[in-house]
Amino acid sequence: MDNVDDGSVITRQGLQCLLDALAQRGYTVVGPTVRDQAIVYEELARTDELPAGWTDEQDGGHYRLKRRSDEALFGYAVGPHSWKRFLHPPKVSLWQATRNGDELRFVPARDEPPRYAFIGVRACELAAISIQDRVLMGDEYADPHYRSRREQAFLVALNCSEAGGTCFCDSMNTGPDVKEGYDLVLTELLDGDNHLFLIRSGSEEGAEILAELPREPATEAHQAAATAVVEKTRSQMGRSMPQTAIPALLMDNLEHPRWDEVADRCLSCSNCTMVCPTCFCTTVEDTSDLEGVTAERSRRWDSCFTSDFSYIHGGSVRSSTRSRYRQWMTHKLATWVDQFGTSGCVGCGRCITWCPVGIDITEEVRAIHDDVSSRDKE
Amino acid sequence: MADDLMVPEPVRVLRRQQELATTWTLELESGQAGHRPFLPGQFNMLYIFGVGEVPISLSGDAGQTETLVHTVRAVGPVSNKLAALKPMDTVGLRGPFGVGWPMTAGEGADLLIVAGGLGLAPLRPAIYHVLRHRERYGRVILLYGTRSPDDILYAGQLEEWNKRPDIEVHITVDHASGDWPGKIGVVPSLVPTLDFDPEDTVAMVCGPEIMMRFTVNALRDAGVEDESIYLSMERNMKCALGHCGHCQFGSTFVCKDGPVLSFERVRGLLSLKEF
Amino acid sequence: MKNIAQIVCEHPFFHGLDGEFCDLVCGCARNVRFNPGEYLFHEGGDADYLYLIRYGQVALEIAVPGKPSVRFQTLHDGDLVGVSWVLPPYHWAYDARAITLTRAIAMDAHCLRKKCDDDPVLGYDVLKRLLPILTSRLHATQMQILDVYGAPEQPE
Repeated sequence: MDNVDDGSVITRQGLQCLLDALAQRGYTVVGPTVRDQAIVYEELARTDELPAGWTDEQDGGHYRLKRRSDEALFGYAVGPHSWKRFLHPPKVSLWQATRNGDELRFVPARDEPPRYAFIGVRACELAAISIQDRVLMGDEYADPHYRSRREQAFLVALNCSEAGGTCFCDSMNTGPDVKEGYDLVLTELLDGDNHLFLIRSGSEEGAEILAELPREPATEAHQAAATAVVEKTRSQMGRSMPQTAIPALLMDNLEHPRWDEVADRCLSCSNCTMVCPTCFCTTVEDTSDLEGVTAERSRRWDSCFTSDFSYIHGGSVRSSTRSRYRQWMTHKLATWVDQFGTSGCVGCGRCITWCPVGIDITEEVRAIHDDVSSRDKE
Repeated sequence: MADDLMVPEPVRVLRRQQELATTWTLELESGQAGHRPFLPGQFNMLYIFGVGEVPISLSGDAGQTETLVHTVRAVGPVSNKLAALKPMDTVGLRGPFGVGWPMTAGEGADLLIVAGGLGLAPLRPAIYHVLRHRERYGRVILLYGTRSPDDILYAGQLEEWNKRPDIEVHITVDHASGDWPGKIGVVPSLVPTLDFDPEDTVAMVCGPEIMMRFTVNALRDAGVEDESIYLSMERNMKCALGHCGHCQFGSTFVCKDGPVLSFERVRGLLSLKEF
Repeated sequence: MKNIAQIVCEHPFFHGLDGEFCDLVCGCARNVRFNPGEYLFHEGGDADYLYLIRYGQVALEIAVPGKPSVRFQTLHDGDLVGVSWVLPPYHWAYDARAITLTRAIAMDAHCLRKKCDDDPVLGYDVLKRLLPILTSRLHATQMQILDVYGAPEQPE
């Protein structure tokens, strides 16, 4: 029952009905909202919690919210949050151990995550989720915490109507149009006071829910308007990734002087890894009570930019910032392909925007690429 | 959750034996893990209550399933506690994990086993396996190098193996005082002195990374093919499942794709600084 | 029984040496034997001979005040003992002592140096045989200095 209804439009009221329908089915609805001068993902119940009339201005190391001239609900690019904070949470309790004399007992932590419904999942983010699917449940060792969240999640995707200053999904072939992996997909259509959403289903459950919503059949004009929205967005990309064989370029230039230049600017703060929707690294923390009766192990996000990350007895394998930046970027763009059959970058631009010194992954690739090609010509 | 491989199983310490000044061998009851036999070269994650967890290679005989043997050097908070365990103490165990030595790929070939320092521990299961299935392999040569005569791991066992006609044992130390009758010199320097058939040899190398690099150079100089040289790599491991990302070495997750890797796979990366 | 020319030219150090050259260097050679514990030479002594071990084990040692000598390398059948003979002022840099009964060929260093000086082609050939021994000892020394098996400075 694929795409049973591939041509409906709903109003903003219809969107509220969608949120209600999802809540009624037991989903915890999460979507974008304005908090602390940023658009973040939080639980929400009403469409007026969405960032109506807001957009964002993004550049290297720069993020500002600005008023729009219209009341668009999705008229901005991605913020600092990604859906990984719900599917692969920043901290998960793994187990508790209790000690009684010389007896030791391990009890897995109760992990009963909510069934999430995500509102406004952009194409780059769908790509990121599908990448994390491969990382965390792609082989015989599926991560049970990720899987239990992921398998129950309901995804309301969104065709982008606004590209940010750091967006480059078009050059990563991940967007701005949604292609697969969703339950429902929306395109926001604004024409003066006429505020509509073209909606299609991509799964059986999506079709069921769509059937419950007050809707009108989409006209050819609606379809054409939706196509125009995506094409306009495609033309607005603030950045682009050089179109070259990036894995070979990086792995053949592991000692390129550019790594030193970027290391001079990089603060090793790990912001890029925290905001990246595909970065998956974690570490574990062991704690125990003062009596030494119970101990707990939890897992939290970690970053390859920390000095502890590569620690083996005797020292850190990657002690310099140069080596850590190189590790992050070669993993993201090169070795990731060997490991998971896909690049680890989806072109969302978060690492550029949230880097305090504005390091730009596309610019770093371009610098090495241009230098190597100019040398080849000599 | 039964399939949660992050949750350890409590197992008892059965015996503890001092090997060297700061190195101890622990025999643990095999628990449920005993029902899943391990492969030479694999490792377990051992957890000390409230302190933490470390990867320790299995160093016993995979042919017996009653106990799990680990040789531990006391160097950090967890390994110090591990080394101080007494019989009937309990530790948390996860494993076995990882890809082991090429015991099948090595069948029919001559084996050159090169160990440095504590690197003999992860190789000992391979030696047990070879001696158990001696007919499957050609010549077997063990080269062992360590710091000084006082630092020879499993010294008694090496002596016994040395007496056997079906395995050649060569031991060398980096330095010694006057009463050491054996060889002195670094272990890679033994390779060119050997009379062996490099084209029909599978080499298994384990020791500090620098020792492995020098040894690989000596093996390649002697004519051993890159794809016939296997190393056991050490990297930071937290989950042992390829999920936490810590142990990455190029495109390799050392915990899941290794710890034993063919040199062909890490060629070019091994000598790269801070990779 | 082999004559000394055969023994010299079959020794790994001179293996494959041109026949004429072989005759030349054999003029500098004689058979020697050392009992266990006997010194081949001492640190600081004149490097008048180099030794090609035919059979046995020789330890290279450095005396440490107040402690037993530190042995840093052993040499065996087919190895060359002594490299200082080629470099002025021709003094040994360490002790060499037989650990087991050792049979060797002693080459008169004055004689060999003169023949190498007289015929640079021979001299270059001999140097090319010596250089790999020097570099491999350098590599071994690097690894020993690194003390790779030593306890790590920081905990896990």
